[in-house]
Amino acid sequence: MTEVAERITGLVGALRAHGMRIGTGESVDAARAARELGFADRELLREGLAATLLHGPGQRAVFDPVFDLYFPRAVGGPADAGSDRDELRDRLAEALAAGDQVMMARLAAEAVDGMGGYGSSPGSDGFSAYQTLDRLRPQTLLARVRSDLRGGNGDGSGGGFADRLLDDEIRGRIEQFRRMVGAEARRRVAERRGRDEIARRGVVPTADRVDFLFAGRDQLAELRRAVQPLARKLATRLAARRRRAARGTVDLRRTLRSSLSTGGVPMRPVLRRRRPVRPELVLLCDVSGSVSGFSDFTMLLVQALHDQFSKIRVFAFVNRLDEVTGLLDHGRADPDGLGARIRAEATLTGWHGSSDYGVALGEFAERYGAAVGPRTTVFVLGDARTNMSDPNLAAVREVARRARRVYWLNPEPQDRWGTGDSAAPAYAELVEMHECRTARQLSALIARLLPV
Amino acid sequence: MLNKRLDRSPDLIPDPPEAPLFTSVDDVCARLAETGYLASPAVATTVFLADRLGKPLLVEGPAGVGKTELAKAVAQVAGARLVRLQCYEGVDESRALYEWNHAKQLLRISAGRDESWDETRTDIFSEEFLLPRPLLTAIRGDEPTVLLIDETDKADVEMEGLLLEVLSDFQITVPELGTVSATRRPFVVLTSNAGRELSEALRRRCLFLHIGFPEEELERRIVRLKVPGLTEALAASVVRVVGALRAMDLRKAPSVAETVDWARTLLALGAGALDETVVRDSLGVILKHQDDIQKAAAKLDLDAL
Ligand SMILES: Nc1ncnc2c1ncn2[C@@H]1O[C@H](COP(=O)(O)OP(=O)(O)OP(=O)(O)O)[C@@H](O)[C@H]1O
Ligand SMILES: [Mg+2]
Repeated sequence: MTEVAERITGLVGALRAHGMRIGTGESVDAARAARELGFADRELLREGLAATLLHGPGQRAVFDPVFDLYFPRAVGGPADAGSDRDELRDRLAEALAAGDQVMMARLAAEAVDGMGGYGSSPGSDGFSAYQTLDRLRPQTLLARVRSDLRGGNGDGSGGGFADRLLDDEIRGRIEQFRRMVGAEARRRVAERRGRDEIARRGVVPTADRVDFLFAGRDQLAELRRAVQPLARKLATRLAARRRRAARGTVDLRRTLRSSLSTGGVPMRPVLRRRRPVRPELVLLCDVSGSVSGFSDFTMLLVQALHDQFSKIRVFAFVNRLDEVTGLLDHGRADPDGLGARIRAEATLTGWHGSSDYGVALGEFAERYGAAVGPRTTVFVLGDARTNMSDPNLAAVREVARRARRVYWLNPEPQDRWGTGDSAAPAYAELVEMHECRTARQLSALIARLLPV
Repeated sequence: MLNKRLDRSPDLIPDPPEAPLFTSVDDVCARLAETGYLASPAVATTVFLADRLGKPLLVEGPAGVGKTELAKAVAQVAGARLVRLQCYEGVDESRALYEWNHAKQLLRISAGRDESWDETRTDIFSEEFLLPRPLLTAIRGDEPTVLLIDETDKADVEMEGLLLEVLSDFQITVPELGTVSATRRPFVVLTSNAGRELSEALRRRCLFLHIGFPEEELERRIVRLKVPGLTEALAASVVRVVGALRAMDLRKAPSVAETVDWARTLLALGAGALDETVVRDSLGVILKHQDDIQKAAAKLDLDAL
């Protein structure tokens, strides 16, 4: 078989392994398409093979990464690797500002090459998109790219009114860069381990196992769609816990009193009747760019569980804090727009745009202290990255003193707590902090921690 | 005219066009552009292959992204006649393939009283009394033809069986007349809004092309081409705002057609740049539902409408 025929056969095999039904006729057409188009332009080849092999738009999401493996953009590492992190971030910021796709793809390759490698023995080494993104942290370039564009306005984008769309546009480009990093890491791994294996092994983890911090737009949308079913499942679990809790405790005094009628022998234990009042919940959510995927999802989930509680109040903050309980009610009708609406309608930032836990928590203790009482369980959602400002431990201590319980859910992996500007260890001394990186972890935590 | 072709062996399936329409993908792009259709690389590649491989092209995508327009443009480029079968609920063989002209047949029967019935019958089931519909028309011409089967998803499932037959063999059997085979395979474009899932069998016959909303740069070029009076900067702003609207998960996302309409409106209004007032006053051109307008206004920070 020729090299080309082999590639196409491999590609078709991998697509079939992903459940796509591709007949011999289509494979033959694909080979003819490749002959007509040639290999000089990889993107044309991609479109041509897609046109002959696919039958519906849904299949494209599987096709593209598999195509990238069988017809890689390049082989080996990039020619001019070796740039350090800061320099790479500088160039990435520039490419993002210009919307330069070619440059973004090149930087993705460099980043994976320079930061994504792990292990040293053959067989256990590889390249990780996760590690690359974790080191490069492209999502934190938003503010910088924004100010570059606002200041320079150099890309002829028209400016003016359309600039209020800038943040979303930049987020979209960062998102795209992340996908490029993912594709590049897969390609590099495939070079080592054999393409067929990687292509078949299902390259994308399901959304509930993806780190909130690295979840793409599509995965977040998928998570949002999973909120209602998940909430129903959790509600059943909570009800079961509630029943157990109610059943478990024996009211000793009443048992003894009723035993008088049986000659002082406690024949029937009297169970403590649960107070019918349901617990109250307060959520404090960091909704700044870096962790918004996590907090949006959690808010929706809690909202979906609202009838489990007598009262839920939700507060959002970046460096100012505002109550958003009312906005969340609408979240039921339009979950996708929740995050945007909160950021648009609540006062969350003062004179700068980055998170400040100290000020926000202080504002909560001061303005909304009355929201927390002995029946209230408080959840704080956020990565505890204070941007080097005072964490205001006193405010947290005060909230913890008033509340029944305070839990902190941190979407960062535990081994990163305390690195850089993270004040996680300090907060974790005052309140119970849990690592909560994925939707799967979150639902386990909620099922366990929510008061009943 | 018809009879001549009936001599051909019915199982002789014609080869794909001897003289291909295009020399390369770039050629497709360039020539479509001359007619005012700006093709993305995906569109151009697929059109090129449909021609080279001689396969029908199934184009899917939301309303107003240029599916119909593409077929028209290909016809124009190819110097081909465009035969269009517009599908709708209830479209059937008599609308798609052919029909006998009953009125005329009756007239003929009552006119020829002294003929034998056999003679009459041979006569009334001849070419003269046949009303060809688009599928038959497209197959029996000698000239280059683009057959557009528009909005295929609106037709009933039975219609698909018929299309499948025609698109497999490019021949149609009229029982009273015989089999008509294409001497020249038409370039076939089927469009669908994905209102109904088309059958796997039909899909397999076709090259598949999904046209989504265009990339920003392409849409800017489309706007500039269709609304030449608009400044570059304003065209760019228009496209950015439309892009943002599409990301909003509206009931009906604005399409290319709406982008162009909006650009025209802005030109007519003499707007020099986008600002809050202009956008607020013209949002109705791009968005068709009241709740979409409200949602967009909130998201774009427009004051209450
Ligand atoms: N690539 C393009 N180049 C030039 N014009 C385009 C392009 N795409 C769309 N248009 C414009 O958009 C308009 C709508 O296109 P068209 O009617 O073909 O859409 P459609 O996809 O067939 O929609 P529907 O599903 O509603 O039938 C066209 O009149 C044309 O002006
Ligand atoms: Mg149309």
